[in-house]
Amino acid sequence: MALKLLSDAEKVFILHGVKDDFRCDGRTRQEYRPIEVETEIVSNASGSARVRLANTDILVGVKTEIDTPSPTKPNEGKLEFFVDCSANATPAFEGRGGEELATEISNTLSKAYLCETVFDLQSLCILPGQQCWKLYVDILILECGGNLFDGVSLAVKSAIYNTKVPRIASATIDGGVVDLQLSDDPYDFQTLDVSSAPVLVTLTKIGERCVVDPTAEEEACSLVSVVLAVTEKGRCVTTLVRGEGSLHEDTLIDMLKVGTSLGIEMNKALKAALKLEQSKGENKERFGFLK
Amino acid sequence: MAGFDLLSDQGLRLDGRRSNELRKIQCKLGVFSQPDGSSYLEQGNTKVLAAVYGPHEIRGSRAKRLLDQVLVNCQYSMATFSTGERKRRPRGDRKSQEMSSHLRQTFEAAIKTELYPRSQIDIFVEVLQADGGNYSACVNAATLALVDAGIPLHEYVTSCTTVLAPPPATSWDDEKLEEGEIALVDASHREETSGSPTLTVAALADSGRLVLCQVGQRLHLDRMNRALERALQGCKDVRDVLDEAVRDHLANCGISEAASS
Repeated sequence: MALKLLSDAEKVFILHGVKDDFRCDGRTRQEYRPIEVETEIVSNASGSARVRLANTDILVGVKTEIDTPSPTKPNEGKLEFFVDCSANATPAFEGRGGEELATEISNTLSKAYLCETVFDLQSLCILPGQQCWKLYVDILILECGGNLFDGVSLAVKSAIYNTKVPRIASATIDGGVVDLQLSDDPYDFQTLDVSSAPVLVTLTKIGERCVVDPTAEEEACSLVSVVLAVTEKGRCVTTLVRGEGSLHEDTLIDMLKVGTSLGIEMNKALKAALKLEQSKGENKERFGFLK
Repeated sequence: MAGFDLLSDQGLRLDGRRSNELRKIQCKLGVFSQPDGSSYLEQGNTKVLAAVYGPHEIRGSRAKRLLDQVLVNCQYSMATFSTGERKRRPRGDRKSQEMSSHLRQTFEAAIKTELYPRSQIDIFVEVLQADGGNYSACVNAATLALVDAGIPLHEYVTSCTTVLAPPPATSWDDEKLEEGEIALVDASHREETSGSPTLTVAALADSGRLVLCQVGQRLHLDRMNRALERALQGCKDVRDVLDEAVRDHLANCGISEAASS
């Protein structure tokens, strides 16, 4: 995370703010900053989305490729997450500087999407045991203003929602050789069901209290945070305790409760936003980075 | 010879442009708040983000610092989804390293380096979508980011990629036919990969001084002069567009801040 140098006085100020449920930017402890989502940003990708969570800026592109399924799961397609921390976000990410954080985020995402009930990998199967679709979900972190995990998960879910997988016109096996015919019509595609895909909710412990959606400054005051992957139905599929601090189990249970209820809300809000975006169709106004 | 003609009989290119026409350039300064300067630039379908940090103290080993001028540090990277086929690594491959060193060379010539001895300026560019002329778009975006960061430049440094296309087999204008190859300014991906000679130029546009000139494929010396002329004119056209964007930004940025406070 971006290195923030804060003096003791600044830290105390943030700490007191959190204690009084009145944070530096006027939010309560369980309030998010405004979030902007836009899909179809990159035309070279099969699906893309950009999420801007106040200062945090994330761009996700999904590419589809044909691959052979793994022998242990012949009926399933593949999903791979790759996180790239761009040096644009902070000079500390230059060269290989961002790799540690990138691996942490991509591992958390793969774990969150691993569960069968969360994402239907079987819909990516073309010919069982022979051919399947492989989705490369490439995440680009362009600016980090705190709360990366939540922003990344929102962008990933939006980008997969936006992904257009070409429809297969015919798939036959002739003498052990697979013959695939893709549909010629570029508008003939299948979309993926993300209704039960999780979003990540990070709860950060500052002092004795937990806050949601911390800014970079608030993250610098915290020793430990809990990342939850919550589905729309309120199922918690992954939990990760990160940071150098420690937690009491009672605190963790409380955090899980708060996080789950917030996760349900986030899923609903994202679903509504994506529906609205899709209803505008091809003629929607495109902003990209020019707004 | 390529499978398709780069120029139609009427003298129009694949995307309908004339040979000396640039793609549409849309840009914005100050996209992000954390870097000292940032910009976003679209040149047709090529989309680039640039961020500038500095001048600041030298990061890492102090042996790198220069006593008489600022250290310009550039990094070129491409998003893995930016190209038609997925890229495995966003940076660190040969081509990106070459691009980074070319960028450094370009900007060392444009920045008033002597003003900040023992310091460092970081220029990071990120290609979000690649459709030809990547290096040129990066130079143009980075120039805007440097302006946004308030770093003194000698003048605008802009870049333009030119492809020399074989003339159309038949033409309504016989005179044109005899001129031979035609320089196509601000080449797109399809034009760049057609196998025709390419000429990439970065220049200090006002004074017309070349900073970088790179030729790909075989280019006859007789054609060089005209191609360079076209490319330089392209650089000047880009400069005009950037200058307008900067003036626009400066005219509006104070107003929007005043209105919001």
